[in-house]
Amino acid sequence: MKILVLISQVPDTTARIAFTNDNTAYDAGGVQFIVNPYDEWYALVRGLELKEAQGGTLTTVTVGGADTEATIRKALAIGADEAVRIDAQPNDSYEVAVQVAAYAKDKGFDLILAGKETIDHNGSQVGPMVAELLDLPFISLASKLDIAGTTATAERDVKGELEIVEAALPLVVSCAKGMAEQRIPNMRGIMAARTKPLQVVPAVPVDRLSATVRFELPPPKQAVKMIPADEAGKLIELLHTEAKVI
Amino acid sequence: MSVIVFADTRGEKVAKAALETLTYGRKVAAGSGSTVTLVTFGDVPADRLAALGADKVVVARAASDADSQQLTRLVADVAQQENAQVIVFAHDATGKAVAPRVAARLKAGHVAGAITLPDTSSGFRVKRNVFSGKAQAWVDVTSPVKVISVLPNSIPVEAGSGSATVADYTGDLGAARVTVKGTRKEGEGIPLPEAEIVVSAGRGMKGPENWGLVEELARELHAATACSRPVADMHWRPHHEHVGQTGVAIRPNCYIAIGISGAIQHLAGVNGSKVIAVINKDPEAPFFKAADYGIVGDAFEVLPKLIEAAKKLNAER
Ligand SMILES: Cc1cc2nc3c(=O)[nH]c(=O)nc-3n(C[C@H](O)[C@H](O)[C@H](O)COP(=O)(O)OP(=O)(O)OC[C@H]3O[C@@H](n4cnc5c(N)ncnc54)[C@H](O)[C@@H]3O)c2cc1C
Ligand SMILES: Nc1ncnc2c1ncn2[C@@H]1O[C@H](COP(=O)(O)O)[C@@H](O)[C@H]1O
Repeated sequence: MKILVLISQVPDTTARIAFTNDNTAYDAGGVQFIVNPYDEWYALVRGLELKEAQGGTLTTVTVGGADTEATIRKALAIGADEAVRIDAQPNDSYEVAVQVAAYAKDKGFDLILAGKETIDHNGSQVGPMVAELLDLPFISLASKLDIAGTTATAERDVKGELEIVEAALPLVVSCAKGMAEQRIPNMRGIMAARTKPLQVVPAVPVDRLSATVRFELPPPKQAVKMIPADEAGKLIELLHTEAKVI
Repeated sequence: MSVIVFADTRGEKVAKAALETLTYGRKVAAGSGSTVTLVTFGDVPADRLAALGADKVVVARAASDADSQQLTRLVADVAQQENAQVIVFAHDATGKAVAPRVAARLKAGHVAGAITLPDTSSGFRVKRNVFSGKAQAWVDVTSPVKVISVLPNSIPVEAGSGSATVADYTGDLGAARVTVKGTRKEGEGIPLPEAEIVVSAGRGMKGPENWGLVEELARELHAATACSRPVADMHWRPHHEHVGQTGVAIRPNCYIAIGISGAIQHLAGVNGSKVIAVINKDPEAPFFKAADYGIVGDAFEVLPKLIEAAKKLNAER
């Protein structure tokens, strides 16, 4: 089985959110970047488990500048066989998807795994866009994925129900919690990652459809109203009469 | 010229996310002198669809929510027939699978998770949540066709009415390539993403055997239950209850957090809640900084008092 996993890099989950250049750009100063948790914990690890059980190769693809290479090496350390970086600075998810689709088009991947969403951009867009551009079926927000022969079975959370779905490969899947358990790279993996292939490919031209023009931080929260523990019942009263939310 | 609204209208009653999407679509249409065409699927009675407040309804009876390719062909086809400028989705499970596909197919710029109506004073600009609700971003869409996915709970529903014509879709959607083999209910009670009130608990509850109190409070308040990540990881509670940056992101009217420290990754999934109440025995718990109401106290003493007060409130109303 030939597996492609989409890997993006995002600011560490505890990073301070601040903006520069008149609030038009994210302030990356001093920020540690990590592999997007959905890509690492779920898409990559499940991809590796499937590869280990059934044989094949696992390639990662990242659209970004040279600054993403440390993050890409982390994915290699966890176990990917090879990595591809498409050299572009995307403006939106569509531009990412066009690059990934252009790369994947003639490579014969059986399974393309994306994360549910990036934790900075929160689009949930790239996976389904890649599926559309490649004319492939797509299973969204899967919390479980099994492959038998050329048939994939997955579970997805919809409206408080688990839906069990089936599709034939080749296929695109976006991966959510439940699919796999996080793997910590070991020393051998980290050493091996240094010599695994990381191929840089040029970007294809793409039309600009949208762009983020300005960021805002939410207004600061009002001070908290404290209620003594022995009068805890008052909370329910206040939520009903003052906040009017229950 | 028209605005297309795609919504999942199935179920015993039309989901709130679908009604919000329709409200949004009607407002966009009113601002641009357009009509609203509701595009939907499944086995929903025509009279119910007719009364939702769209000018026109197209329904694909045989399509399922699982096949985003069929739904994409459906929406794209109707959008082209109607010469649609704007296509509105809900940013829910079905919308997240279909809207990006439609956008890619039509080469339309896509705003995912919109929280405002478009500002068209110069161009087409929409605000959306980013950084898991820790910031917002204004996005300019420059393509002729625009796709917007509306974040649940970001605009109040305005009930529609009317008697639209309801037409069955007769075009070719192709064969389904993703098929539903079955569904499994994930437990009792109210589904989390739809809930107006959420009672959530963390490691402070000590063990799964103590969740009876949390569930009882939720029942009395007609709330859904949720939990922090370690609670789901230790299998005290099912995974689908895990809220936060790596779990479900929710924006209820009221979020009550019990024995949860308020780590930044937890806050990222709940900070869109309108009102937050925090119960924690540690006065230094970071969650109090994000709270509207707080109680410093032991959950095992506070919860029975809350349950009693909720029962009293229910008896009075
Ligand atoms: C990349 C990443 C992603 C993450 N994603 C998420 C996520 O999506 N969601 C999430 O929740 N976490 C997430 N986490 C974990 C997060 O950092 C915290 O570890 C987690 O939220 C803590 O859960 P908790 O508050 O239940 O437990 P703790 O931090 O152990 O807090 C328990 C709290 O209960 C209080 N307490 C104890 N006993 C009582 C009592 N008897 N009565 C009242 N209060 C009591 C304590 O004072 C304490 O504040 C993530 C972490 C990382 C690194
Ligand atoms: N720059 C990128 N390079 C490679 N994959 C990406 C990139 N951005 C997003 N993805 C993938 O697409 C998923 C959804 O991203 P998004 O649409 O931004 O929420 C992520 O979880 C990744 O798997």
